[in-house]
Amino acid sequence: MTGIPHLLVHEHDDNVGVVVVEGLKSGTKMLCCITADNSTFELEAMADVPIGHKVALDDLKKGDTATKYGEDIGKFISDVNKGGHVHVHNLKTKRW
Amino acid sequence: MASKYSNRTFMGYRRDNGRAGVRNHVLILPVDDISNAAVEAVGNNIKGTLAVPHAYGRLQFGEDLDLHFRTMIGTGSNPNVAACIVIGIEPGWTKIIVDGIAKTGKPVEGFSIEQNGDLKTIMDASRKAKEFVHYASELQKEEISISELWVSTKCGESDTTTGLGSCPTVGNMFDKLLPEGIYGCFGETSEITGAEHICKKRAINEEVGNKWYKMWEAYQNEVIEQFKTDDLSDSQPTKGNIEGGLSTIEEKALGNLEKIGRTSKYIDILEPAEIPDSGNGLYFMDSSSAAAECVTLMAAGGYVVHTFPTGQGNVVGNPIVPVVKITANPRTIRTMSEHIDVDVSGILKREMTIDEAGDNLIDMIVRTANGRNTAAEALGHREFSMTKLYRSA
Repeated sequence: MTGIPHLLVHEHDDNVGVVVVEGLKSGTKMLCCITADNSTFELEAMADVPIGHKVALDDLKKGDTATKYGEDIGKFISDVNKGGHVHVHNLKTKRW
Repeated sequence: MASKYSNRTFMGYRRDNGRAGVRNHVLILPVDDISNAAVEAVGNNIKGTLAVPHAYGRLQFGEDLDLHFRTMIGTGSNPNVAACIVIGIEPGWTKIIVDGIAKTGKPVEGFSIEQNGDLKTIMDASRKAKEFVHYASELQKEEISISELWVSTKCGESDTTTGLGSCPTVGNMFDKLLPEGIYGCFGETSEITGAEHICKKRAINEEVGNKWYKMWEAYQNEVIEQFKTDDLSDSQPTKGNIEGGLSTIEEKALGNLEKIGRTSKYIDILEPAEIPDSGNGLYFMDSSSAAAECVTLMAAGGYVVHTFPTGQGNVVGNPIVPVVKITANPRTIRTMSEHIDVDVSGILKREMTIDEAGDNLIDMIVRTANGRNTAAEALGHREFSMTKLYRSA
């Protein structure tokens, strides 16, 4: 891998990744790295996303399950486009 | 089988019960809240002592009282404590705690305030505390194998970087040191919610896994269901967690569980503040996820070094146990570096592997055991927070 990644993804099955740089701007062509095997891909950020916050890796619909660590981390409560910001405004726990 | 970690040693204190300590405190311990003034006075009088005031200890009963005694006795018994003064309002409960600590063989003496008053109690306890300081300050360190360490973990102010970096660093350390014979401990019952199916499978066998699941389920039914008002979305994840990018309890739990690594299995379940007695290995302690409460309980369980991954920068410490802070978050390194002992932000840049980060943490554990003050110790963090199960009588 060349360069420092903007986004880390735990597993190949995941549909969200984590921004790991500060001050990420909309339109940035992000270098993304899947930590399971260090494979990389590119994705354009569609929003300004703070460090630590998540980005959708696909177009996701309300009711879809969010997958991270290869596991269920909750459900989308509104649609989010590929490259969009994923957080408590569009993702909610299934537990409480 | 010998590994590159087998020959690691640290300079520590060998206690009469055989355990190894990494600090040498003379503790001044109150039985109850109204003895705090006397305890603090003794702490002021005699240099080299450590007073640990707290908020509870009156009119507790049943399981809650058992937990109080277990926490007090466990704290005094911890191998990081060389000797202990216990002060309570009355002699009965004071004696229970003194007798419990005395089983370790270390010097301990109790004082009660009724029919003496604060001033006489403070004078008598100060004279004894001075004797204990002379005793403790002449104890010599000896070389002890890393295998004799008891290392606990709990993460705090977690964010998405803890699951990517600092928690897997702790997990890697456990994967390397548990086979060497250390005792490990993790907990935070409410924070496993969302990863309980994985945690259950990480037990050494099905029986222990079922025991764990029953404990976790009891917490859901008896605490969450009984006391919740709408949902726990403002508490789990916390506001700090959400600022750091964690959206749901499931996401938080999966990151949290990275602390037990890839190969480690837990061998038994501990009650809060319970000292393990099933031999070396990893234990799950039924405990709150509130940082100071959890570290206090694990310290009372006999753990001598605590490893604490943080994302957004939790500043917690403990009076008797050094708390080693680990973060992978570059913003936290930039804004709160004085709180961090081990910087693993290289993991996020893919410049540092989890294996390297785990080795860095092991190095810092050994340096801490040798006497290096942690960030929390240098900054004076001595949070001693009792877990209380229900209202007093």
